[in-house]
Amino acid sequence: MLSPFTKPATAVDAGGAGGWSASRSRRPYLLAAAVFFVLAAINAILQPTFLTFDVAASNLAAFLPLTLLAIGQTFVILGSDIDLSNGGIVSLVNVAVVEIIERFGDSAASYAIGIAAGLALGLAAGALNGVCVAYLRFQAIVTTFATSVIYVGLALWILPQAGGQVPPDFYNVYAGAVLGVPNVLLILVAAAALALVIARTRFYYALRATGGNMQAAFFTGVPVARVRLTAYVVSGFFAALCGLALVGETASGDPLIGGLMTLSSVTAVVLGGTSLAGCVGSVTGSVLGGFILGLINNVIFFAHVPFEWQGLIQGAIILAALSGGVAMARRGRN
Amino acid sequence: MLARLRAFLGRPLAIEAIAILALLAVGEALSPGFASPRQIVNQLIIAALLGVVAAGQNLVILCGQEGIDLSVGGIISFGAFLGGNLMQQNDANLPLALASVLAATFLIGLMNGAGVTLLRIPPLVMTLGMLGVVNGLLVVLTRGWPSGRAAPLLVEIVQPLALGLPGIVFIWLAVGVLMALALRRTTFGLNVYAIGANEEAARLAGVPVRRTRMLAFALSGLFSGISGLLLLGYTGNVFVGAGDQYMLPSIIAVVIGGTSLAGGSGAYWGTMAGAVFLVVLQSILTTLNIPPFGRQIIYGVVLLALMLFYGRQRRLRG
Repeated sequence: MLSPFTKPATAVDAGGAGGWSASRSRRPYLLAAAVFFVLAAINAILQPTFLTFDVAASNLAAFLPLTLLAIGQTFVILGSDIDLSNGGIVSLVNVAVVEIIERFGDSAASYAIGIAAGLALGLAAGALNGVCVAYLRFQAIVTTFATSVIYVGLALWILPQAGGQVPPDFYNVYAGAVLGVPNVLLILVAAAALALVIARTRFYYALRATGGNMQAAFFTGVPVARVRLTAYVVSGFFAALCGLALVGETASGDPLIGGLMTLSSVTAVVLGGTSLAGCVGSVTGSVLGGFILGLINNVIFFAHVPFEWQGLIQGAIILAALSGGVAMARRGRN
Repeated sequence: MLARLRAFLGRPLAIEAIAILALLAVGEALSPGFASPRQIVNQLIIAALLGVVAAGQNLVILCGQEGIDLSVGGIISFGAFLGGNLMQQNDANLPLALASVLAATFLIGLMNGAGVTLLRIPPLVMTLGMLGVVNGLLVVLTRGWPSGRAAPLLVEIVQPLALGLPGIVFIWLAVGVLMALALRRTTFGLNVYAIGANEEAARLAGVPVRRTRMLAFALSGLFSGISGLLLLGYTGNVFVGAGDQYMLPSIIAVVIGGTSLAGGSGAYWGTMAGAVFLVVLQSILTTLNIPPFGRQIIYGVVLLALMLFYGRQRRLRG
């Protein structure tokens, strides 16, 4: 059972026995990778153009926002906390960037101000979450729900209804390519590289230790509060990237755009093999989890499932994948 | 004396009572008539809808192990839809409709419990997945167009019954009494506290941990179903996503009611007061002449401020 006291130490003490279960505990995303390839194969059969360049690029553009959000959520969950406000941050950044660019006009400087302001907003929102949870020691679930209400309120203040329009240059860059490589792929690679760099830092080890056993981490001198705060700031930053990607994708602002993404980001992280109890997991898994959610949508669409059945089948597949992943992870540990 | 006063004021129920009275006073000052008996009854009706769901949520949270039920909103919508379609404005269909809704929602909750205890899926994940399935099922059943209407008898629950209070409030009070008896006077209730406080110790003492937790999830489904039926009586018909608005408030009502999210301590009286508080806060913000975004920001800030008093983690000490 999940509890702070019976935390599986697998990710740290893997080694010893080889085989599938051991490699699974060292690389918790292996199951997600298998599910991803199966779904991709089904998708390729149902949609012959799946592996063409254009379709792959447009799929990537559609999957990117949630994947970015899931990357950020991973860090918070590795520390055994949760961020239910990241969708609110997405909404806030999304409308703020659109409004700023509209106000400053169509110029590179205006884009730069908009993007910088968006990222700053994300960092600030993440910092507020982190201070409340890590330093004031508020309950993470209720606190991040409360801040998400505030962030969506601010988004509604900036833009009461979906609308606004960014200049074509802005969204053309998002949809464009450099030397034949789609920009969305470059963004994803850059974001993943950033996440992997973070995964090599002392912060990351301290974060996993905190998620594994907060009290023990504290005794060994880990600055627990600072580590948890940093995880929330990272989550806020990736939520801001997600908000920016949505500006590129939709070319307009919507104060409610992030609402449904919050729980999807948690789903993507868990699908990727990261344990909600903290400590065990990886960014790689969350990227796969984000793609899996997108591919499930694709497969249902191209299988010509009647409209009213789509939600149920999607829900059933996700529930099956979630429970299968959790059950396998446990078998690997036992 | 001062110490005893401070101890009393530090209790969740006292904080809530004071906060509710303060809100009523502020509301009355800002808009005369806010604290009139009629308005208070209206707010109690809405609080009852939230309070009944929160009863199930309370049980699940008391069981500990990160217990939480995110599927309650979907189950409420499902219960209202199923009930409305089975009764179709006809009192003769009422018994069958009530029985079907209660059985179906209990079963959904039982599936949550089975996933959590037998497959050992974390509650947050299991109930989140179930939410997706139930919402998907609703779309299949409604084909996107909700239908179904309450039986006349069910609509009566919002009409005054006795002492100027409508039936729905008495139903809620009955739920409160039952919860108190179940938690304090039955084996099941004591088991809930035992596994929430220390699951390993409870297991060693012979408490049927799995069965208790499974029943808590099943009852959470059942209470959501009851809330769906009450909602159907309140609104008269069925609309899309009727239950969505109850998911997170049901958790917040439990938390500000003094139940620890870590499980093992808390009582339903606090949760009832928490539900009243949330409803009065919402309605005061609606009364105030400020735009929706301002209401939302104030609501969030008040929730955040409340966190100062409740369930803060213990300080780590070296």
